[in-house]
Amino acid sequence: MEIVVSMAIGVMGGAGVWLVLRPRTFQVLIGLSLLSYAVNLFIFSVGSLSTGKEPIVKPGLPADLTNYTDPLPQSLVLTAIVIGFATTALFLVVLLALRGLSGGDHVDGREEQP
Amino acid sequence: MIRLPIDPSLPHLLAAPILLPLATAALMLLIGEQRRRTKAVMNLVSTGFGLLLALGLLVWIDHVDKTAAFGVYLPGNWPVPFGIVLVLDRLSALMLVLTAIVASAVVVYATARWQHGGVYFHVLFQLQLMGLYGAFLTADLFNLFVFFEVLLAASYGLLLHGGGSARVRAGLHYIAINLVASLLLLIGVAAIYAVAGTLNMADIAHKLPLLPESDRGLLYAAATMLAVAFLAKAAAWPLNFWLPPAYAAASAPAAAMFAILTKVGIYAILRLWSLCFPNAPGALPPFGQEVLIWSGLATLGCGAIGMLASQTLGRFAGFSVIASSGTLLAAIGLAQTRLTGGALYYLASSTLAACALYLLVELIDRIREIAAIEEGFDDGGDDLRPFDTPALPEGSNLDDSEQVLTGRPLPAALAFLGLGFGTCALLIAGLPPLSGFVGKFTMLSVLVDGDLRAWALFAMLLISGLLATIGLIRAGMRHFWAGATRSSPRIHLFESLPLAFLLGICVLLTLRAETTLRYTQATARALHSPQLYVEAVLSARPVPPPRSSEPRVDQELPP
Repeated sequence: MEIVVSMAIGVMGGAGVWLVLRPRTFQVLIGLSLLSYAVNLFIFSVGSLSTGKEPIVKPGLPADLTNYTDPLPQSLVLTAIVIGFATTALFLVVLLALRGLSGGDHVDGREEQP
Repeated sequence: MIRLPIDPSLPHLLAAPILLPLATAALMLLIGEQRRRTKAVMNLVSTGFGLLLALGLLVWIDHVDKTAAFGVYLPGNWPVPFGIVLVLDRLSALMLVLTAIVASAVVVYATARWQHGGVYFHVLFQLQLMGLYGAFLTADLFNLFVFFEVLLAASYGLLLHGGGSARVRAGLHYIAINLVASLLLLIGVAAIYAVAGTLNMADIAHKLPLLPESDRGLLYAAATMLAVAFLAKAAAWPLNFWLPPAYAAASAPAAAMFAILTKVGIYAILRLWSLCFPNAPGALPPFGQEVLIWSGLATLGCGAIGMLASQTLGRFAGFSVIASSGTLLAAIGLAQTRLTGGALYYLASSTLAACALYLLVELIDRIREIAAIEEGFDDGGDDLRPFDTPALPEGSNLDDSEQVLTGRPLPAALAFLGLGFGTCALLIAGLPPLSGFVGKFTMLSVLVDGDLRAWALFAMLLISGLLATIGLIRAGMRHFWAGATRSSPRIHLFESLPLAFLLGICVLLTLRAETTLRYTQATARALHSPQLYVEAVLSARPVPPPRSSEPRVDQELPP
């Protein structure tokens, strides 16, 4: 499972970086979203990957990572998702405002005049 | 362990700087979009109260204990490594007071004109304050990220305040850069958690020396990620090209408030590096100090060249912020106690000066706007000025264009602006007799005894001071001497008061330099012995629940 998750993080991170470096604003927005997915998955995975385990300490079992899964990264990722979602929405608004004001969708340059 | 003679109600005051702006912002949102005057009064009162609070905390932390003083507050009353902790030490108290001073000046300035530029100015302003206060108070790495996001989200709104194509374009770049930096910060925080298993900064510092050799690689990767994120926010070269256009495009109060935002990055680096990689026996080997020094020097050079090259005062102010960041980063990297003390004094002085300069930029631009109107760009010939030449008094002194030199009144507003600009220039270039010089001189006097890297910083400080002086003199000549017409801009009282307030505090810093330096040196000593911080935080205990004689009701209920 580790290899699948790390490949997913890598692919999304790589695609996100490539898109962030693109010249048009919508590509940057999608790139930022992909990057934040990759980061969220990464945070999720630092608390040791396991299937079918609850983040609850059961009575009678010692409270270590072989018996339960760490709940803290899950709460961290929840916060990170909310914050990332809000800032991405704000970026979208600015993107639309810039499109309205300048008439183009370039981050830095201008539309080539024919 | 340090026992503090604390008034039992006092620990709760530690949370007040965060809760006060939050409550104010929430109340303002309830009021709605109208009633701007009410909201302005609320903003003024809340910010002023925040200033009193910050000053009170500073005085308290300074009087509690002469060696190391910490106020530790557990907001959730959870035991220490698990719950969030707020910690007030000398460094955070200093940063709180700086923030409060800048905020008070800016909010008064904004009530004159800029509050009418958008609906949610006051709300965003209070949320920005909450993020700043929180970032300086928290002792939890993830909580630091959350407060970073709060202050950044508010700063996105403030940067766009006033609207216009230039602001939106600069805002887009600013948001994109900061989002990427925040993602790097998140990766760093998560990796630190993977290594140390905790997010409490004191607990991290406590556990790092116990790390097995095999985990060091991941730790260094995480520390690098965190450092890149903080350096991007602190505007270190080569991560600083976003700053001058963004700050120059922002409205004057927003830009003046942003003067302290780069210092949050500096603060985070100083806090984490002094805790995690101290020059102490038994700690981890130093990591990244060389990079801090050389990137600081490069940033200082970039700022100095930028100051010389910038054509407008707004961009000049941006590069002066960058130069100040570079000086601080290099000083932090050198990690000497006395140098850090001087650097903290310089931090206070340069932040206030940059804030004042951003306020001045707008007022000075107003002179040029008025001059442009009076000269008349669209002079179609139907509005010619009369040719009358008043009779000259006897013995008049004439200038090149046969105008009387003496007896022409200098408008009071122009004189005030000139005086303010001169004071600001002395502060930013670090010339005697004001506090910029005191801070630089303190650092120089330590650097004399240093090695090659220290001498490099010594030389760069002097060179950047020279370049800043040249740039400032040029700007002053262009704006105050070369103007053909001496038209007086209209300056609102509320626009001149904050300027006088900020520059007055810089003068006060100069007059009380010994007291201030004693405080910053004590701060530096506490920073360079991080075990005191670690012990103070880890020994904090949650408040026991109140014992009542009667059994609790929920225990009597059947299960």
